[in-house]
Amino acid sequence: MAGLELLSDQGYRLDGRKASELRKVQARMGVFAQADGSAYLEQGNTKALAVVYGPHEIRGSRSRALHDRAVINCQYSMATFSTAERKRRPHGDRKSTEMSLHLKQTFEAAVMTQLFPRSQIDIYVKILQSDGGNYSVCVNAATLAVIDAGIPMRDYVCACTVGFVDETPLADLCYAEESGRVSSLALALLPRGGQIALLQMDARLHQDHLETLIEAAMTACKGVSKVLDEVVRQHLQEASVLTGE
Amino acid sequence: MAVDMRLPTLRKTVALQDAAFDRKDLVVPGDVITSDTGFMRGHGTYVDDEKLTASVAGEVQRVDKLICVRPLKTRFNGEVGDVVVGRITEVQQKRWKVETNSRLDSVLLLSSVNLPGGELRRRSAEDELTMREYLQEGDLISAEVQSVFSDGALSLHTRSLKYGKLGQGVLVQLSPSLIKRQKTHFHNLPCGASIILGNNGFVWLYPTPGQQEEEAGGFYTSLEPVSLSDREVISRLRNCLLALAAHKVHLYDTSVLYCYESSLQHQVKDILKPEVMEEIVMLTQQKILEQEG
Repeated sequence: MAGLELLSDQGYRLDGRKASELRKVQARMGVFAQADGSAYLEQGNTKALAVVYGPHEIRGSRSRALHDRAVINCQYSMATFSTAERKRRPHGDRKSTEMSLHLKQTFEAAVMTQLFPRSQIDIYVKILQSDGGNYSVCVNAATLAVIDAGIPMRDYVCACTVGFVDETPLADLCYAEESGRVSSLALALLPRGGQIALLQMDARLHQDHLETLIEAAMTACKGVSKVLDEVVRQHLQEASVLTGE
Repeated sequence: MAVDMRLPTLRKTVALQDAAFDRKDLVVPGDVITSDTGFMRGHGTYVDDEKLTASVAGEVQRVDKLICVRPLKTRFNGEVGDVVVGRITEVQQKRWKVETNSRLDSVLLLSSVNLPGGELRRRSAEDELTMREYLQEGDLISAEVQSVFSDGALSLHTRSLKYGKLGQGVLVQLSPSLIKRQKTHFHNLPCGASIILGNNGFVWLYPTPGQQEEEAGGFYTSLEPVSLSDREVISRLRNCLLALAAHKVHLYDTSVLYCYESSLQHQVKDILKPEVMEEIVMLTQQKILEQEG
């Protein structure tokens, strides 16, 4: 490939990571008082804010209500200042609608919606700074927000993007890697059971490599889940000390 | 005009006691609580592979064979007899829909309100047509939970002079878990205002009413101007409630009153400053401890 070399001969990537190394994940839960649940998550330079409202009565047309489970309503958006090029991003363009739909499918797999018939759960995610892996960062942030809201879930949902370069899977791609000619794959996983909530790949990849790639993605997701687990437990401890019980 | 500005400061981490670190009863979604099949599955848990697993982050509660996980923050789970403060969202035939911070809107049936003219009044078709005159969209009411439907929605009633439409006052929305369950949730505080601590986390502050008009059946709302001193007391109480909520102190008449007393040396607007808030809450907690012990 001309131009950038995504993986050096020594096995290092553009930003100095090893092939299977994740970016630094930092997160905080309960950032808003008004919402039922909220979380802020940074994964490297990608930063996302997730807010959850609900479960509550269906707003708008009542015909959307399901009599046996809750409706999950997701909205994905990017801030105007989130990318290098400042750009107004109106709601409902194709990219963000697709992303909203993917988030919805992911969380329908994890949230126990059957406990809340005829109600609605709103998940709003905003990307404040975009540096690759937007979908996975959104999923991770939204997971924390859903847990903060006290909504029952089967397990965490953790997501990660994985690319395939020089016969090596690269975990957690950044923007520079994503925009190169890399076939990448996004995977959302329920880590404990190892069930896949969502798997997305738009690029071409040889069938033989798929299994390695999925395997690498699952490992990466499990890594993310460990970090999230730590954040949740820390938050839980702090909050339960405050209540003095 | 003097403007109060402050720079961002690092959030103080709460001093964690060693004992708190070793707590074993905190779980996160997906944690296996027990693989013993002799236990019953309660709220916040599910059975996966014959193992009892947590589905929310919170603390485990065990009552005999029943295991529940109680999340730290959640929507209001109503029980019969709870006092709630709610807002009318919809007027339907024979019923009002009320927003009470629960998972589904609550229902207030026309047959479970006291209409003006006494308890024994018959409800005619005309009453159905004039429902909007009693309560319309956006009105606030206080009510009691009469029953819980199978899907978790609440049915309310206002069949007591205590309950009914709320007039002038201030609504503070807090987390339902902060409200302490008590015999009564209506209090006339000695500082000159009254408070309704709804179990659903909605708290209503209003000037202590004088003579109650009995015939109005709870639909009478006074539009008399509220005196400045009353408004000050109410504003102070509101800020005190927010301070207590920020520090996760249980809310009941005594804690609110103690907080009010401790805040008297500060101006009303200053109560919301973080350092003042901390000081007031500390004083309050000290007073509560002294009184208990």
